[in-house]
Amino acid sequence: MSTPDWRAEPAEQDEEDEGFVQPKSRLPVNLRRDQPLVPVDTVAGRALVVVIAILTFLAALSAGGALMAARASEQWRGAVANEMTIQVRPDPRRNIEADLARAAELARAVPGVASVRAVPRTESDKLLEPWLGAGLDLIELPVPRLIVLRLNAAAASDLVAFSQTLRREVPSATLDDHRLWVRRLSTMANTIILAGVAIVMLVLVAAALAVAFATRGAMAGSRDSVEVLHLVGADDEFIAREFQNRFITLGLRGGGAGGLAAVVVIALLGWLASAWSATPEADQLQAMFGAFEIGWSGYGVVVLVAVIVAAIAGLVSRVTVRHYLKAMS
Amino acid sequence: MGPEVLKDINFSIAPRSFQYLTGPSGAGKTTLIRLILMALKPTRGLVHLFGQDVSRLEATTLTDFRRKMGVVFQDFRLLDHLTVYENVALPLRVLGKEEAGYRAEVVELLRWVGLGERMHAVPSVLSGGEKQRAAIARALISRPQLLLADEPTGNVDPGLGRRLLRLFMELQTLGTAVVIATHDLALMEQYDAPRLVLADGHLHVDA
Ligand SMILES: Nc1ncnc2c1ncn2[C@@H]1O[C@H](COP(=O)(O)OP(=O)(O)O)[C@@H](O)[C@H]1O
Ligand SMILES: [Mg+2]
Repeated sequence: MSTPDWRAEPAEQDEEDEGFVQPKSRLPVNLRRDQPLVPVDTVAGRALVVVIAILTFLAALSAGGALMAARASEQWRGAVANEMTIQVRPDPRRNIEADLARAAELARAVPGVASVRAVPRTESDKLLEPWLGAGLDLIELPVPRLIVLRLNAAAASDLVAFSQTLRREVPSATLDDHRLWVRRLSTMANTIILAGVAIVMLVLVAAALAVAFATRGAMAGSRDSVEVLHLVGADDEFIAREFQNRFITLGLRGGGAGGLAAVVVIALLGWLASAWSATPEADQLQAMFGAFEIGWSGYGVVVLVAVIVAAIAGLVSRVTVRHYLKAMS
Repeated sequence: MGPEVLKDINFSIAPRSFQYLTGPSGAGKTTLIRLILMALKPTRGLVHLFGQDVSRLEATTLTDFRRKMGVVFQDFRLLDHLTVYENVALPLRVLGKEEAGYRAEVVELLRWVGLGERMHAVPSVLSGGEKQRAAIARALISRPQLLLADEPTGNVDPGLGRRLLRLFMELQTLGTAVVIATHDLALMEQYDAPRLVLADGHLHVDA
Protein backbone atom coordinates (compact mmCIF):
# COMPACT_ATOMS: atom_id res chain seq x y z
CA MET A 1 0.00 0.00 0.00
CA SER A 2 1.29 3.45 -0.83
CA THR A 3 1.51 6.37 1.52
CA PRO A 4 -1.92 7.03 2.96
CA ASP A 5 -3.65 10.11 1.82
CA TRP A 6 -3.88 11.86 5.18
CA ARG A 7 -0.12 12.10 5.24
CA ALA A 8 -0.02 14.03 1.96
CA GLU A 9 -2.89 16.37 2.62
CA PRO A 10 -2.45 18.90 5.40
CA ALA A 11 -5.36 19.64 7.67
CA GLU A 12 -7.57 21.97 5.75
CA GLN A 13 -9.65 24.26 7.84
CA ASP A 14 -13.38 24.19 7.37
CA GLU A 15 -14.90 27.13 9.18
CA GLU A 16 -18.46 25.87 9.18
CA ASP A 17 -17.65 22.80 11.29
CA GLU A 18 -17.75 23.37 15.04
CA GLY A 19 -15.26 20.60 15.63
CA PHE A 20 -12.55 22.48 13.77
CA VAL A 21 -12.80 25.78 15.59
CA GLN A 22 -10.56 25.14 18.54
CA PRO A 23 -8.09 27.23 20.49
CA LYS A 24 -4.64 26.43 19.19
CA SER A 25 -2.99 27.16 22.52
CA ARG A 26 -4.42 24.05 24.22
CA LEU A 27 -2.22 21.56 22.38
CA PRO A 28 -0.87 19.37 25.17
CA VAL A 29 2.74 18.31 24.94
CA ASN A 30 2.75 14.73 26.17
CA LEU A 31 0.26 12.11 25.10
CA ARG A 32 -1.55 10.09 27.66
CA ARG A 33 -1.04 6.63 26.27
CA ASP A 34 -0.99 2.94 27.04
CA GLN A 35 -3.65 3.36 29.68
CA PRO A 36 -4.93 -0.04 30.79
CA LEU A 37 -7.69 -1.14 28.44
CA VAL A 38 -9.62 -2.52 31.38
CA PRO A 39 -10.82 0.46 33.42
CA VAL A 40 -8.78 0.79 36.61
CA ASP A 41 -9.56 2.23 40.03
CA THR A 42 -13.18 1.37 40.09
CA VAL A 43 -14.90 0.86 43.44
CA ALA A 44 -14.71 -2.92 42.96
CA GLY A 45 -10.97 -2.64 42.27
CA ARG A 46 -10.38 -0.69 45.48
CA ALA A 47 -12.45 -3.17 47.47
CA LEU A 48 -10.37 -5.99 46.03
CA VAL A 49 -7.15 -4.24 47.04
CA VAL A 50 -8.45 -3.94 50.63
CA VAL A 51 -9.52 -7.61 50.72
CA ILE A 52 -6.16 -8.74 49.34
CA ALA A 53 -4.33 -6.50 51.82
CA ILE A 54 -6.20 -8.01 54.77
CA LEU A 55 -5.69 -11.56 53.53
CA THR A 56 -1.99 -10.95 52.90
CA PHE A 57 -1.61 -9.42 56.36
CA LEU A 58 -3.15 -12.50 57.99
CA ALA A 59 -1.18 -14.91 55.83
CA ALA A 60 2.08 -13.07 56.49
CA LEU A 61 1.51 -13.06 60.24
CA SER A 62 0.68 -16.78 60.16
CA ALA A 63 3.78 -17.50 58.11
CA GLY A 64 5.88 -15.38 60.48
CA GLY A 65 4.41 -17.15 63.52
CA ALA A 66 5.03 -20.57 62.01
CA LEU A 67 8.61 -19.59 61.24
CA MET A 68 9.13 -18.35 64.79
CA ALA A 69 7.76 -21.60 66.23
CA ALA A 70 10.00 -23.60 63.90
CA ARG A 71 13.08 -21.66 65.03
CA ALA A 72 12.21 -21.93 68.72
CA SER A 73 11.66 -25.66 68.51
CA GLU A 74 14.94 -26.05 66.66
CA GLN A 75 16.67 -24.19 69.49
CA TRP A 76 15.17 -26.45 72.19
CA ARG A 77 16.11 -29.51 70.29
CA GLY A 78 19.68 -28.39 69.80
CA ALA A 79 20.06 -27.32 73.41
CA VAL A 80 18.41 -30.09 75.39
CA ALA A 81 17.67 -33.02 73.16
CA ASN A 82 20.68 -35.00 74.35
CA GLU A 83 20.65 -33.85 77.90
CA MET A 84 19.21 -35.24 81.12
CA THR A 85 19.50 -34.16 84.73
CA ILE A 86 19.48 -36.00 87.99
CA GLN A 87 17.99 -33.97 90.76
CA VAL A 88 19.17 -34.74 94.28
CA ARG A 89 16.86 -33.36 96.97
CA PRO A 90 18.34 -32.44 100.31
CA ASP A 91 17.33 -34.76 103.12
CA PRO A 92 18.35 -33.87 106.72
CA ARG A 93 18.97 -37.57 107.44
CA ARG A 94 21.36 -38.01 104.51
CA ASN A 95 24.65 -36.53 103.33
CA ILE A 96 23.84 -34.71 100.12
CA GLU A 97 27.44 -34.66 98.84
CA ALA A 98 27.67 -38.44 99.24
CA ASP A 99 24.33 -38.92 97.47
CA LEU A 100 25.56 -36.67 94.68
CA ALA A 101 28.75 -38.67 94.25
CA ARG A 102 26.90 -42.01 94.33
CA ALA A 103 24.33 -40.87 91.75
CA ALA A 104 27.11 -39.60 89.46
CA GLU A 105 28.94 -42.89 89.79
CA LEU A 106 25.79 -44.82 88.87
CA ALA A 107 25.17 -42.55 85.88
CA ARG A 108 28.70 -43.06 84.56
CA ALA A 109 28.06 -46.81 84.49
CA VAL A 110 25.07 -46.44 82.15
CA PRO A 111 25.93 -47.24 78.52
CA GLY A 112 25.26 -44.35 76.16
CA VAL A 113 26.06 -41.64 78.70
CA ALA A 114 28.85 -39.54 77.29
CA SER A 115 29.58 -37.25 80.19
CA VAL A 116 28.45 -36.65 83.74
CA ARG A 117 28.87 -33.37 85.56
CA ALA A 118 27.73 -32.55 89.05
CA VAL A 119 26.75 -28.89 89.12
CA PRO A 120 28.71 -27.17 91.90
CA ARG A 121 26.77 -25.52 94.68
CA THR A 122 27.67 -21.97 93.64
CA GLU A 123 26.41 -22.61 90.13
CA SER A 124 23.09 -24.08 91.18
CA ASP A 125 22.56 -21.19 93.58
CA LYS A 126 23.04 -18.85 90.69
CA LEU A 127 20.33 -20.66 88.75
CA LEU A 128 17.90 -19.77 91.50
CA GLU A 129 18.83 -16.13 91.62
CA PRO A 130 16.24 -14.96 89.09
CA TRP A 131 13.53 -16.63 91.16
CA LEU A 132 14.62 -15.75 94.67
CA GLY A 133 16.74 -12.67 94.17
CA ALA A 134 20.41 -12.17 94.96
CA GLY A 135 21.87 -11.63 98.41
CA LEU A 136 19.93 -14.43 100.05
CA ASP A 137 22.08 -16.88 101.93
CA LEU A 138 21.03 -20.07 100.23
CA ILE A 139 23.09 -22.27 102.51
CA GLU A 140 20.24 -22.03 104.96
CA LEU A 141 17.75 -23.25 102.40
CA PRO A 142 17.36 -26.89 101.38
CA VAL A 143 18.27 -26.39 97.73
CA PRO A 144 18.29 -29.42 95.42
CA ARG A 145 21.50 -30.21 93.57
CA LEU A 146 21.84 -31.17 89.92
CA ILE A 147 23.89 -33.64 87.90
CA VAL A 148 23.89 -33.00 84.13
CA LEU A 149 24.21 -36.04 81.87
CA ARG A 150 25.07 -35.86 78.21
CA LEU A 151 23.95 -38.74 76.04
CA ASN A 152 25.43 -40.08 72.85
CA ALA A 153 22.97 -39.13 70.17
CA ALA A 154 22.97 -42.56 68.60
CA ALA A 155 22.94 -44.88 71.61
CA ALA A 156 19.56 -45.90 73.03
CA SER A 157 20.29 -46.34 76.69
CA ASP A 158 17.93 -48.20 79.01
CA LEU A 159 16.82 -45.16 80.95
CA VAL A 160 13.86 -46.83 82.62
CA ALA A 161 16.15 -49.38 84.25
CA PHE A 162 18.60 -46.64 85.27
CA SER A 163 15.81 -44.58 86.75
CA GLN A 164 14.71 -47.56 88.89
CA THR A 165 18.27 -48.36 89.98
CA LEU A 166 18.80 -44.73 90.93
CA ARG A 167 15.64 -44.62 93.04
CA ARG A 168 16.67 -47.84 94.85
CA GLU A 169 20.27 -46.82 95.50
CA VAL A 170 19.80 -43.10 96.19
CA PRO A 171 16.20 -42.49 97.35
CA SER A 172 16.63 -38.70 97.34
CA ALA A 173 17.55 -38.59 93.61
CA THR A 174 15.21 -38.52 90.59
CA LEU A 175 15.95 -38.63 86.90
CA ASP A 176 14.52 -35.88 84.68
CA ASP A 177 14.36 -36.93 81.08
CA HIS A 178 14.33 -33.63 79.14
CA ARG A 179 13.60 -35.46 75.99
CA LEU A 180 10.04 -36.05 77.08
CA TRP A 181 9.60 -32.30 77.38
CA VAL A 182 11.33 -31.70 74.12
CA ARG A 183 8.99 -34.18 72.47
CA ARG A 184 5.95 -32.46 73.91
CA LEU A 185 7.20 -29.00 73.00
CA SER A 186 8.11 -30.20 69.52
CA THR A 187 4.64 -31.63 69.05
CA MET A 188 3.24 -28.28 70.12
CA ALA A 189 5.60 -26.39 67.83
CA ASN A 190 4.76 -28.70 64.92
CA THR A 191 1.08 -28.11 65.53
CA ILE A 192 1.66 -24.36 65.45
CA ILE A 193 3.70 -24.69 62.26
CA LEU A 194 1.07 -26.87 60.59
CA ALA A 195 -1.71 -24.49 61.62
CA GLY A 196 0.31 -21.56 60.26
CA VAL A 197 0.87 -23.29 56.94
CA ALA A 198 -2.81 -24.30 56.76
CA ILE A 199 -3.89 -20.70 57.41
CA VAL A 200 -1.55 -19.46 54.68
CA MET A 201 -3.04 -22.01 52.26
CA LEU A 202 -6.61 -21.09 53.19
CA VAL A 203 -5.84 -17.40 52.79
CA LEU A 204 -4.32 -18.01 49.35
CA VAL A 205 -7.44 -19.94 48.31
CA ALA A 206 -9.63 -17.12 49.63
CA ALA A 207 -7.54 -14.57 47.71
CA ALA A 208 -7.87 -16.64 44.54
CA LEU A 209 -11.66 -16.82 44.94
CA ALA A 210 -11.90 -13.08 45.62
CA VAL A 211 -9.90 -12.36 42.46
CA ALA A 212 -12.00 -14.81 40.42
CA PHE A 213 -15.22 -13.11 41.49
CA ALA A 214 -13.76 -9.65 40.94
CA THR A 215 -12.58 -10.67 37.46
CA ARG A 216 -16.00 -12.01 36.54
CA GLY A 217 -17.53 -8.78 37.78
CA ALA A 218 -15.06 -6.68 35.82
CA MET A 219 -15.65 -8.77 32.69
CA ALA A 220 -19.41 -8.46 32.99
CA GLY A 221 -18.95 -4.71 33.49
CA SER A 222 -16.70 -4.40 30.43
CA ARG A 223 -18.64 -6.74 28.17
CA ASP A 224 -19.12 -3.92 25.70
CA SER A 225 -15.44 -2.97 25.74
CA VAL A 226 -14.48 -6.61 25.29
CA GLU A 227 -16.73 -6.84 22.22
CA VAL A 228 -15.21 -3.68 20.77
CA LEU A 229 -11.71 -5.06 21.41
CA HIS A 230 -12.67 -8.24 19.57
CA LEU A 231 -14.10 -6.30 16.65
CA VAL A 232 -11.01 -4.12 16.24
CA GLY A 233 -8.91 -7.28 16.03
CA ALA A 234 -7.89 -8.23 19.56
CA ASP A 235 -7.56 -11.96 20.20
CA ASP A 236 -8.49 -13.68 23.46
CA GLU A 237 -4.84 -13.84 24.47
CA PHE A 238 -4.50 -10.05 24.25
CA ILE A 239 -7.66 -9.42 26.26
CA ALA A 240 -6.70 -12.01 28.88
CA ARG A 241 -3.29 -10.34 29.21
CA GLU A 242 -4.91 -6.95 29.74
CA PHE A 243 -7.05 -8.29 32.57
CA GLN A 244 -4.14 -10.22 34.01
CA ASN A 245 -1.95 -7.11 34.08
CA ARG A 246 -4.65 -5.17 35.80
CA PHE A 247 -5.22 -7.77 38.48
CA ILE A 248 -1.49 -8.29 39.02
CA THR A 249 -1.29 -4.55 39.70
CA LEU A 250 -4.20 -4.74 42.14
CA GLY A 251 -2.70 -7.86 43.74
CA LEU A 252 0.70 -6.19 44.13
CA ARG A 253 -0.89 -3.12 45.67
CA GLY A 254 -2.97 -5.15 48.12
CA GLY A 255 -0.21 -7.65 48.81
CA GLY A 256 2.31 -4.85 49.32
CA ALA A 257 0.06 -3.00 51.77
CA GLY A 258 -0.79 -6.17 53.71
CA GLY A 259 2.81 -7.40 53.75
CA LEU A 260 4.07 -3.98 54.88
CA ALA A 261 1.52 -3.90 57.70
CA ALA A 262 2.63 -7.39 58.80
CA VAL A 263 6.30 -6.36 58.76
CA VAL A 264 5.50 -3.27 60.84
CA VAL A 265 3.49 -5.30 63.37
CA ILE A 266 6.19 -7.97 63.69
CA ALA A 267 8.93 -5.36 64.07
CA LEU A 268 6.85 -3.54 66.68
CA LEU A 269 6.23 -6.73 68.67
CA GLY A 270 9.94 -7.54 68.46
CA TRP A 271 10.81 -4.08 69.75
CA LEU A 272 8.31 -4.35 72.61
CA ALA A 273 9.66 -7.78 73.49
CA SER A 274 13.25 -6.54 73.60
CA ALA A 275 12.28 -3.49 75.66
CA TRP A 276 10.59 -5.83 78.09
CA SER A 277 13.35 -8.43 78.13
CA ALA A 278 15.26 -6.61 80.89
CA THR A 279 12.90 -8.28 83.35
CA PRO A 280 13.45 -11.83 84.66
CA GLU A 281 10.02 -12.97 83.40
CA ALA A 282 11.19 -12.24 79.89
CA ASP A 283 14.19 -14.51 80.37
CA GLN A 284 11.86 -17.38 81.21
CA LEU A 285 9.65 -16.63 78.23
CA GLN A 286 12.60 -16.30 75.95
CA ALA A 287 13.89 -19.66 77.16
CA MET A 288 10.53 -21.16 76.21
CA PHE A 289 9.72 -19.46 72.95
CA GLY A 290 13.01 -18.13 71.70
CA ALA A 291 13.69 -14.51 70.97
CA PHE A 292 10.68 -12.68 69.56
CA GLU A 293 12.13 -11.88 66.20
CA ILE A 294 11.96 -13.53 62.85
CA GLY A 295 15.17 -12.28 61.29
CA TRP A 296 15.79 -11.44 57.64
CA SER A 297 14.54 -14.80 56.43
CA GLY A 298 11.28 -14.10 58.29
CA TYR A 299 10.84 -10.76 56.54
CA GLY A 300 11.74 -12.58 53.33
CA VAL A 301 8.87 -15.01 53.96
CA VAL A 302 6.47 -12.10 54.47
CA VAL A 303 7.55 -10.51 51.18
CA LEU A 304 7.29 -13.90 49.47
CA VAL A 305 3.69 -14.29 50.69
CA ALA A 306 2.84 -10.85 49.24
CA VAL A 307 4.44 -11.72 45.90
CA ILE A 308 2.65 -15.09 45.78
CA VAL A 309 -0.66 -13.34 46.42
CA ALA A 310 0.00 -10.96 43.51
CA ALA A 311 1.03 -13.83 41.25
CA ILE A 312 -2.10 -15.76 42.17
CA ALA A 313 -4.19 -12.67 41.40
CA GLY A 314 -2.67 -12.46 37.92
CA LEU A 315 -2.95 -16.15 37.20
CA VAL A 316 -6.51 -16.55 38.46
CA SER A 317 -7.74 -13.51 36.54
CA ARG A 318 -6.09 -14.83 33.38
CA VAL A 319 -7.71 -18.26 33.71
CA THR A 320 -11.06 -16.71 34.58
CA VAL A 321 -10.93 -14.38 31.57
CA ARG A 322 -10.01 -17.14 29.12
CA HIS A 323 -12.81 -19.28 30.50
CA TYR A 324 -15.26 -16.40 30.22
CA LEU A 325 -14.21 -15.49 26.67
CA LYS A 326 -14.57 -19.10 25.57
CA ALA A 327 -18.07 -19.22 27.03
CA MET A 328 -18.91 -15.90 25.33
CA SER A 329 -18.07 -17.00 21.79
CA MET B 1 -38.14 -15.95 17.25
CA GLY B 2 -39.24 -12.66 15.70
CA PRO B 3 -39.69 -11.89 12.05
CA GLU B 4 -36.74 -12.41 9.75
CA VAL B 5 -35.10 -9.07 9.19
CA LEU B 6 -32.91 -10.29 6.35
CA LYS B 7 -33.75 -13.20 4.08
CA ASP B 8 -32.46 -14.68 0.82
CA ILE B 9 -29.68 -12.18 0.62
CA ASN B 10 -27.00 -12.97 -1.85
CA PHE B 11 -24.34 -10.48 -2.77
CA SER B 12 -20.63 -10.09 -2.93
CA ILE B 13 -18.23 -7.24 -2.42
CA ALA B 14 -15.40 -7.09 -4.90
CA PRO B 15 -11.93 -6.09 -3.74
CA ARG B 16 -11.21 -2.35 -4.19
CA SER B 17 -14.89 -1.66 -4.89
CA PHE B 18 -17.00 1.20 -3.57
CA GLN B 19 -20.69 0.80 -2.81
CA TYR B 20 -23.48 2.14 -0.71
CA LEU B 21 -25.67 -0.03 1.44
CA THR B 22 -28.97 1.73 1.67
CA GLY B 23 -32.57 1.32 2.64
CA PRO B 24 -34.98 2.92 5.06
CA SER B 25 -34.27 3.02 8.76
CA GLY B 26 -34.85 -0.41 10.28
CA ALA B 27 -34.26 -2.19 6.97
CA GLY B 28 -31.38 -4.19 8.40
CA LYS B 29 -28.25 -2.30 7.31
CA THR B 30 -26.64 -2.48 10.75
CA THR B 31 -27.64 -6.12 11.10
CA LEU B 32 -26.01 -6.93 7.78
CA ILE B 33 -22.79 -5.19 8.82
CA ARG B 34 -22.77 -7.13 12.08
CA LEU B 35 -23.12 -10.34 10.08
CA ILE B 36 -20.12 -9.42 7.96
CA LEU B 37 -18.14 -8.58 11.10
CA MET B 38 -19.04 -11.95 12.60
CA ALA B 39 -20.45 -10.10 15.58
CA LEU B 40 -23.70 -11.89 14.77
CA LYS B 41 -24.30 -15.42 13.53
CA PRO B 42 -26.92 -15.95 10.85
CA THR B 43 -29.82 -18.11 12.05
CA ARG B 44 -29.47 -19.82 8.69
CA GLY B 45 -27.49 -19.30 5.53
CA LEU B 46 -23.81 -18.78 4.91
CA VAL B 47 -21.51 -15.82 5.07
CA HIS B 48 -18.37 -16.02 2.98
CA LEU B 49 -15.53 -13.62 3.65
CA PHE B 50 -12.32 -13.44 1.68
CA GLY B 51 -13.43 -16.66 0.01
CA GLN B 52 -14.11 -18.65 3.19
CA ASP B 53 -17.25 -19.78 4.98
CA VAL B 54 -17.01 -17.93 8.28
CA SER B 55 -19.22 -20.31 10.27
CA ARG B 56 -16.41 -22.82 10.26
CA LEU B 57 -13.57 -20.49 11.16
CA GLU B 58 -11.09 -21.13 13.94
CA ALA B 59 -10.87 -18.39 16.56
CA THR B 60 -7.44 -17.33 15.29
CA THR B 61 -8.64 -17.06 11.67
CA LEU B 62 -11.62 -15.08 12.89
CA THR B 63 -9.26 -12.60 14.50
CA ASP B 64 -7.15 -12.48 11.32
CA PHE B 65 -10.28 -11.71 9.29
CA ARG B 66 -11.39 -8.96 11.64
CA ARG B 67 -7.96 -7.39 11.33
CA LYS B 68 -8.55 -7.05 7.60
CA MET B 69 -11.73 -5.08 8.24
CA GLY B 70 -12.26 -1.61 9.58
CA VAL B 71 -15.61 -0.65 10.96
CA VAL B 72 -17.33 2.60 11.88
CA PHE B 73 -20.20 1.80 14.19
CA GLN B 74 -23.39 3.78 13.97
CA ASP B 75 -23.11 4.44 17.72
CA PHE B 76 -19.29 4.85 17.48
CA ARG B 77 -18.51 2.46 20.33
CA LEU B 78 -15.45 4.35 21.50
CA LEU B 79 -14.01 3.14 24.82
CA ASP B 80 -15.05 5.71 27.40
CA HIS B 81 -12.00 5.54 29.63
CA LEU B 82 -9.51 5.99 26.81
CA THR B 83 -8.58 9.25 25.14
CA VAL B 84 -9.33 9.92 21.48
CA TYR B 85 -5.71 9.15 20.69
CA GLU B 86 -5.82 5.84 22.53
CA ASN B 87 -9.12 4.90 20.92
CA VAL B 88 -7.83 5.57 17.43
CA ALA B 89 -4.59 3.70 18.15
CA LEU B 90 -6.50 0.68 19.47
CA PRO B 91 -6.44 -1.48 16.29
CA LEU B 92 -2.64 -1.09 16.18
CA ARG B 93 -2.21 -1.63 19.88
CA VAL B 94 -4.13 -4.92 19.85
CA LEU B 95 -1.68 -6.13 17.21
CA GLY B 96 1.00 -5.80 19.88
CA LYS B 97 2.79 -2.96 18.09
CA GLU B 98 5.09 -0.59 19.94
CA GLU B 99 3.45 2.73 20.72
CA ALA B 100 6.44 4.71 19.51
CA GLY B 101 6.12 3.06 16.10
CA TYR B 102 2.63 4.31 15.33
CA ARG B 103 2.39 7.52 17.35
CA ALA B 104 3.21 9.86 14.48
CA GLU B 105 0.83 8.08 12.16
CA VAL B 106 -2.07 8.25 14.62
CA VAL B 107 -1.46 11.92 15.37
CA GLU B 108 -1.33 12.72 11.66
CA LEU B 109 -4.59 10.95 10.97
CA LEU B 110 -6.20 12.70 13.94
CA ARG B 111 -5.04 16.07 12.55
CA TRP B 112 -6.39 15.12 9.19
CA VAL B 113 -9.87 14.43 10.51
CA GLY B 114 -9.68 17.63 12.53
CA LEU B 115 -9.14 16.11 15.95
CA GLY B 116 -5.54 17.30 16.36
CA GLU B 117 -6.51 19.45 19.30
CA ARG B 118 -8.83 16.91 20.85
CA MET B 119 -6.64 13.85 20.98
CA HIS B 120 -6.34 13.98 24.77
CA ALA B 121 -10.05 14.30 25.37
CA VAL B 122 -12.14 11.37 26.49
CA PRO B 123 -15.23 10.54 24.40
CA SER B 124 -17.69 11.77 27.00
CA VAL B 125 -16.67 15.40 26.39
CA LEU B 126 -16.74 15.14 22.58
CA SER B 127 -19.53 16.41 20.34
CA GLY B 128 -21.37 13.95 18.14
CA GLY B 129 -19.36 15.04 15.12
CA GLU B 130 -16.06 14.64 16.96
CA LYS B 131 -17.00 11.14 18.11
CA GLN B 132 -17.94 10.33 14.53
CA ARG B 133 -14.56 11.43 13.25
CA ALA B 134 -12.75 9.54 16.01
CA ALA B 135 -14.69 6.40 15.10
CA ILE B 136 -13.80 6.86 11.42
CA ALA B 137 -10.13 7.42 12.26
CA ARG B 138 -10.11 4.22 14.30
CA ALA B 139 -11.53 2.29 11.37
CA LEU B 140 -8.93 3.70 8.95
CA ILE B 141 -5.78 3.52 11.03
CA SER B 142 -5.00 -0.11 10.26
CA ARG B 143 -5.61 0.42 6.49
CA PRO B 144 -8.13 -2.38 6.20
CA GLN B 145 -8.95 -4.34 3.05
CA LEU B 146 -12.62 -3.83 3.73
CA LEU B 147 -14.11 -0.76 5.33
CA LEU B 148 -17.64 -0.96 6.73
CA ALA B 149 -19.08 2.40 7.72
CA ASP B 150 -22.50 2.54 9.32
CA GLU B 151 -24.08 5.95 8.78
CA PRO B 152 -20.67 7.66 8.88
CA THR B 153 -22.07 11.05 8.00
CA GLY B 154 -25.08 10.88 10.28
CA ASN B 155 -23.66 13.30 12.83
CA VAL B 156 -21.66 15.73 10.77
CA ASP B 157 -22.57 18.79 8.80
CA PRO B 158 -22.63 18.60 5.00
CA GLY B 159 -19.18 20.17 4.63
CA LEU B 160 -17.44 17.57 6.72
CA GLY B 161 -19.66 14.89 5.22
CA ARG B 162 -18.28 15.76 1.79
CA ARG B 163 -14.71 15.61 3.07
CA LEU B 164 -15.29 12.27 4.74
CA LEU B 165 -16.83 10.88 1.57
CA ARG B 166 -13.78 12.02 -0.34
CA LEU B 167 -11.60 10.32 2.22
CA PHE B 168 -13.48 7.05 1.72
CA MET B 169 -13.10 7.36 -2.04
CA GLU B 170 -9.36 7.94 -1.69
CA LEU B 171 -9.16 4.95 0.54
CA GLN B 172 -10.76 2.90 -2.23
CA THR B 173 -8.16 4.03 -4.74
CA LEU B 174 -5.50 2.86 -2.26
CA GLY B 175 -6.97 -0.64 -2.41
CA THR B 176 -9.72 -0.85 0.18
CA ALA B 177 -13.21 -2.14 -0.58
CA VAL B 178 -15.64 0.36 0.93
CA VAL B 179 -19.22 -0.21 2.04
CA ILE B 180 -21.08 2.83 3.30
CA ALA B 181 -24.40 2.19 4.95
CA THR B 182 -26.53 5.28 4.71
CA HIS B 183 -30.05 6.47 4.14
CA ASP B 184 -28.78 9.91 3.18
CA LEU B 185 -29.83 10.41 -0.44
CA ALA B 186 -27.96 13.69 -0.76
CA LEU B 187 -24.72 11.97 0.17
CA MET B 188 -25.18 9.26 -2.44
CA GLU B 189 -25.87 11.82 -5.10
CA GLN B 190 -22.48 13.42 -4.58
CA TYR B 191 -20.62 10.42 -5.79
CA ASP B 192 -22.27 7.83 -7.93
CA ALA B 193 -21.57 4.27 -6.94
CA PRO B 194 -23.42 0.95 -6.95
CA ARG B 195 -26.13 0.76 -4.31
CA LEU B 196 -27.05 -2.34 -2.38
CA VAL B 197 -30.65 -1.58 -1.51
CA LEU B 198 -32.32 -3.33 1.41
CA ALA B 199 -36.10 -3.39 1.45
CA ASP B 200 -38.49 -5.81 3.14
CA GLY B 201 -35.60 -8.03 4.10
CA HIS B 202 -34.48 -8.48 0.49
CA LEU B 203 -31.50 -6.94 -1.19
CA HIS B 204 -31.13 -5.80 -4.78
CA VAL B 205 -28.28 -4.07 -6.49
CA ASP B 206 -28.72 -0.72 -8.27
CA ALA B 207 -25.68 -0.42 -10.44
N1 LIG C 1 -30.28 -7.96 18.34
C1 LIG C 1 -31.46 -7.86 17.70
N2 LIG C 1 -32.42 -8.78 17.93
C2 LIG C 1 -33.60 -8.72 17.31
N3 LIG C 1 -33.92 -7.77 16.44
C3 LIG C 1 -33.00 -6.83 16.15
C4 LIG C 1 -31.72 -6.82 16.77
N4 LIG C 1 -31.02 -5.77 16.30
C5 LIG C 1 -31.84 -5.15 15.43
N5 LIG C 1 -33.02 -5.77 15.33
C6 LIG C 1 -34.14 -5.42 14.47
O1 LIG C 1 -33.71 -5.60 13.15
C7 LIG C 1 -34.25 -4.61 12.32
C8 LIG C 1 -33.16 -3.97 11.54
O2 LIG C 1 -32.38 -3.19 12.40
P1 LIG C 1 -31.07 -2.49 11.87
O3 LIG C 1 -30.23 -3.50 11.24
O4 LIG C 1 -30.50 -1.73 13.02
O5 LIG C 1 -31.63 -1.49 10.79
P2 LIG C 1 -30.95 -0.25 10.10
O6 LIG C 1 -29.53 -0.23 10.52
O7 LIG C 1 -31.12 -0.47 8.63
O8 LIG C 1 -31.66 0.95 10.56
C9 LIG C 1 -35.01 -3.65 13.21
O9 LIG C 1 -36.40 -3.93 13.09
C10 LIG C 1 -34.53 -3.96 14.58
O10 LIG C 1 -35.55 -3.76 15.51
MG1 LIG D 1 -28.48 1.10 11.56
